[in-house]
Amino acid sequence: MIAIVIPIGFAGLSLALLLNMIRLVRGPTAVDRILAADTMVINTIALIILYGISQKTTAYFESALLFAMFGFTSTVAYCRFLIRGDIIE
Amino acid sequence: MTPWVEFVVAALIVIGTVFALVGSIGLVKLPDVMTRLHSPTKATTLGVGALLVASIISFYHWKGKLAINELLITLFLFLTAPVAAQFLARAYLHLHCDSAGDLPATNRPCQWSTFQCACPPDAEDGSAAKP
Repeated sequence: MIAIVIPIGFAGLSLALLLNMIRLVRGPTAVDRILAADTMVINTIALIILYGISQKTTAYFESALLFAMFGFTSTVAYCRFLIRGDIIE
Repeated sequence: MTPWVEFVVAALIVIGTVFALVGSIGLVKLPDVMTRLHSPTKATTLGVGALLVASIISFYHWKGKLAINELLITLFLFLTAPVAAQFLARAYLHLHCDSAGDLPATNRPCQWSTFQCACPPDAEDGSAAKP
């Protein structure tokens, strides 16, 4: 059953990444683009976890954790740059 | 792996994928920035949470021990998604909204706390600030 479900998951998450890319290209404001990039990071984490389930290995979870940390840090840094014009004061 | 565990893992994978897809569709289709902020930060986070629960259950049944990494990723995502959403909303308010006109009124002398640098410091509490 898992062997049937995993390609469905890959297809759905790839479609989600494509939709995020549409918003990233088209977004009217800079906040839209930051939000689309943040959502792309979260969907990429989901893809990495699904790949780990399909390969039955735990080797990819550290990379997922690193993606989560860098995604959050980059989102906060972009927002601070938009508000203040500077990241570290 | 017993059939029941396999069924639960498959159902969780499908649920997580559907929620992530719904969040991304909402990111494309919703009309406004402030409404667009809802769908990725709630639906997509829930979808990744369901996938992580599926991963925890399947690796517990394959390897026989509970992996702590997935719990860390879950905790980190569920802690940081509201903070990132709040930062994005503040950036949108400061860039595109007028603090007097566009926003609904609050019942405080100092109107919206994110614009608080514009008002005097003792106007924060009304009567209590006066000696």
